[in-house]
Amino acid sequence: MAGKLRLVVVTPEGKTFDDDVEQVVMPGVEGQLGILPGHVPLLTAIQPGELDLKAGSRGDELAVGGGFAEVAGDRVTILTDMAVKPQDIDEHAVEKALESAKKALLEKKDGPEAAALMALIQKSMAQLNLKRKRRTNA
Amino acid sequence: MASTRDIRRRIRSVRNTAQITKAMQMVAASKMRKAQQAALAGRPYAEALNRVLASLANRVGSLSHPFLEKREIKKPCALIISTDKGLCGALNTNLLREVAGLPKNTVFVTAGKKGKQFVARAGRELLADFEVKDDTSSYKVKQISQFLIEQYLEGKIDSVSVWHTRFVNTLVQKPERTDLLPIGQLEKLAAGTGEHAKTEIKADENLQYIYEPNGDEVLSALLPAYIHFQVYQLMLDAKASEHSARMVAMKSATDNAKSMIKDLTLEYNKVRQSGITTELLEIATAQMAMA
Repeated sequence: MAGKLRLVVVTPEGKTFDDDVEQVVMPGVEGQLGILPGHVPLLTAIQPGELDLKAGSRGDELAVGGGFAEVAGDRVTILTDMAVKPQDIDEHAVEKALESAKKALLEKKDGPEAAALMALIQKSMAQLNLKRKRRTNA
Repeated sequence: MASTRDIRRRIRSVRNTAQITKAMQMVAASKMRKAQQAALAGRPYAEALNRVLASLANRVGSLSHPFLEKREIKKPCALIISTDKGLCGALNTNLLREVAGLPKNTVFVTAGKKGKQFVARAGRELLADFEVKDDTSSYKVKQISQFLIEQYLEGKIDSVSVWHTRFVNTLVQKPERTDLLPIGQLEKLAAGTGEHAKTEIKADENLQYIYEPNGDEVLSALLPAYIHFQVYQLMLDAKASEHSARMVAMKSATDNAKSMIKDLTLEYNKVRQSGITTELLEIATAQMAMA
């Protein structure tokens, strides 16, 4: 397939990624989801995890939070509350945030705060996993 | 006529005031830039979200969700986004004047001290008050929207409208009402949602989407996300308005102080000059008398 996908990743804080790619693998709620050009229109929820993309020989990754993905024609739009490039991940800061979130979660077992903490933990985990994977590959 | 010492003292105090207002103007200006950038940064997200909603709208006939249902409005709720601090011109006054005309059965949720004080003074029913500092991280704002959603789903309130100031530009901020819940017609919403929808947003109608896991679940995840984002965006807008209004108010205060210093300096020089003239006259008269 010669076509290209236009991948746009947006968060409420701004546009993180906007470029042509050949393949996207995203963390759908029902499992990993690979998108190639010519995919049927799709609207799905995504969960915190890694977003893999291939453009030419170059591969790239993003750590994303929960949100939605829309595939329409040759355009893929990812709406998420977090999207970070591996080089922008501050491992120590994330680890610290993860620790404090876990601690706080032990004290508050339910309610909206716990849900927010859970989301934070998942997002932190996604970032850490990506960073560590990067290191073992390198 | 005031003595030179009195005038000097007044000049000094006015100058101090001018320094303070100037500093506040600078602070407001830098905060304003940040707030404006943040408000603009949400635009691509808003567009994408609207597009996705528009695409859902085509199928909404087969989907249902409490947010879309119209119910009889017994208890309307108003969320007032005001500022914590004053010294920002007529921003809060204008906003609260609009709010004052709401029907008596309205319950209020406030973000910002000024709104809370207003509700208390007017003897209206205050459901909850949220503190929003300058750090408008989406997590903090989410607590507000989450609260509203829960109250709405429990049936304690039947509609939610947001009263806020729309940031038009640095000089103009407009009090405005945005209806949040129920969402009503998805099509209408996708066509012209609030602020940043002027750019073309239309779903390809012939695209038949696959929904994963399924349409209902996507919708029930998407609509709260929409509400959260809407409140977040309005909050950013309100912050941008606040800091702009404060900057303008402080700038005019500084300008007023400066012109006052000018007038006082003129008066001071006049008094001083007339003092010298009198003194000279006295010396000359004394000399003449001696001669």
